[in-house]
Parts: sequence; C-alpha cells; structure tokens
Amino acid sequence: MSDVAERVKKIVVDHLGADEAKVTEAASFIDDLGADSLDTVELVMAFEEEFGCEIPDDAAENIQTVGDAVKFISENQG
Amino acid sequence: MFNLTGKCALVTGASGGIGNSIAKALHAQGATVALSGTRVEPLEALKAELGERAFVTPANLSDMESVVQLAKDAEEAMGAIDILVNNAGLTRDNLAMRLKDEDWDSVLDVNLKAAFKLSQACLRGMMKRRFGRIIGITSIVGVTGNPGQTNYAASKAGMIGMSKSLAQEVATRGITVNCVAPGFIATPMTDALNEDQQAKINAQIPAGRMGTVDEIASSVVYLASEEAAYMTGQTLHVNGGMAMI
Repeated sequence: MSDVAERVKKIVVDHLGADEAKVTEAASFIDDLGADSLDTVELVMAFEEEFGCEIPDDAAENIQTVGDAVKFISENQG
Repeated sequence: MFNLTGKCALVTGASGGIGNSIAKALHAQGATVALSGTRVEPLEALKAELGERAFVTPANLSDMESVVQLAKDAEEAMGAIDILVNNAGLTRDNLAMRLKDEDWDSVLDVNLKAAFKLSQACLRGMMKRRFGRIIGITSIVGVTGNPGQTNYAASKAGMIGMSKSLAQEVATRGITVNCVAPGFIATPMTDALNEDQQAKINAQIPAGRMGTVDEIASSVVYLASEEAAYMTGQTLHVNGGMAMI
C-alpha cells in the first residue's frame, strides 16, 4: 500500500473506530464501515487537513470508498 | 452554573438593545465576545465598556460575502467560535397587498439567510471541537403571525424550522441549536409609543408588562451553557405569558 493509502486508512480507523481489517480499498464508508452521512463530511475534513488539499463538494460526493479517497488525494495532493 | 469561561461567542446585531444585552450577559459569564453590527460606533462603545475579551467585527449581513467574512474575522479575533448568537434582524412592515419584493428579500436575507450562512460557516470548527451552541433570536410572531409582517414572521418561523433541522444533523457532535422567541420587549422603539398604546399592549400580556432585554439575555446564557447540553431544537418563548405554546 502506498503512503497515502496508509494515512487514509489510519484516519478512517481513528475516526470511525472501524476494525482495521475491514478498512480495505474497496470498503464503502457507509455500507461497510458504519459511517453516517455526517461522518463522511468529517472524514473529508480530516483528509483535507492531513493532506493539505481542498476537496470540493462535488468531488467529496463521489468519495464513497477508501479507494476513492486514496485515488482523489493521490491525484490532487498539494 | 452557566460559567462560560474560555468560550468564544459571536453576537450579531450587538449594536441593538437585545444584542447589546446578550453580549454583556455572555461576557459577564466569562465568555470572550465578538460584537457584530453595521454601525461601528455603538460596537466600539460596548467594547470599551466590556474591556478585555471583547472584539468588534462589523459586517453587513445583507451581503453574503460579508457574512462569510464575518465568520472568518470573528474566528481570527477570538481563535474559535463556540457560541453563535444570530440576533441581527430587521423589519420592513407592510400589508401583504402592498409589500414590495425588495422588502420581502431584504428581510429574508438578513434575518434568515445570513443566520444560515453564519451557522454553516461555524459548523466546521464546532464539529472538530465537539462543542457548539447556535442560538437564534426569533420572535413570537414567527409562531403566532402578525398582520403587516408577512415577511418578518416568515423569516422568524423559518429560523425555527432551520434550527430544528440543523439540530438533528449535528446533535451527535455536541452541538445544540435552539431559538429564543421574545414577545414584547421594552426598547427605544416601544418607549416611543404613547401611554395609551403601551397600556393596550400590556393588557394583552398576562404578566402585565413588557419584557426587558436582560430577560432575553439570560435565556441565551442558559442555552449557551454546558448545563443546556441536552436541550436542542427547542424554542424558548419569553413573552410574559402572552402566547403559551
């Protein structure tokens, strides 16, 4: 796993209190990791801070899985 | 009880009677306050009166860029916004038959849209800190209606509905959203009424008198406090019994 993926995974585990083994790239925040819609907003905020990038609302809406987040951040990291 | 030491509060409309009293009451409980309004002079006078822990952050709430900037200014001045009091409001009264579009828009923009935009701008920090108090100063007429105030009553009822919805969105994050709905409050505006007019108003109020600005401010202090953590989505009606809801 890349460095971005490791950091994303750590944020997700910390924030959602999810089981580390379940936080795979394919895992959906809401369907697999027990997040509610406000959790996903907070996760995006946490990603923005960790990686110093801005995630616009329309992009945030498409970030539904751990892999989506890793992909967006890898492509847009500031 | 109701100790606000270490908390930072932004009060809009702090140059007016009720806003001035709210700012003073929050400050007296230990809060740092950012005083907002359109007129800088009374805000500076209030800041001078309060001494330390007070900042002046003027804004024109009919301009949404100015609204967003206000949240930034207040956060920069105080370090955070823990308590937001959406108190600023204006009236453009007229019979519905004669009400102009611009009078509808200006009242809804300042009383409701600006309150929403400010709340929205404060949420990020509040969610991160897992603490927030958003308090809207609405009005008895938002619930009872009042002839000549279709626009104002709509804005105040809107504030109640907005607060209830927002309260449900953020309740798990330690943020409460409530309203205070004053009835008739003695202000320079009501002082200008003649004795006969005042007597007619007082006759409608079971308490037999108008409320004071301090009686509104103390409700706000309660809602802002740690002690009110389990109170959310509510409207406190402070009206001497004029309407019991």
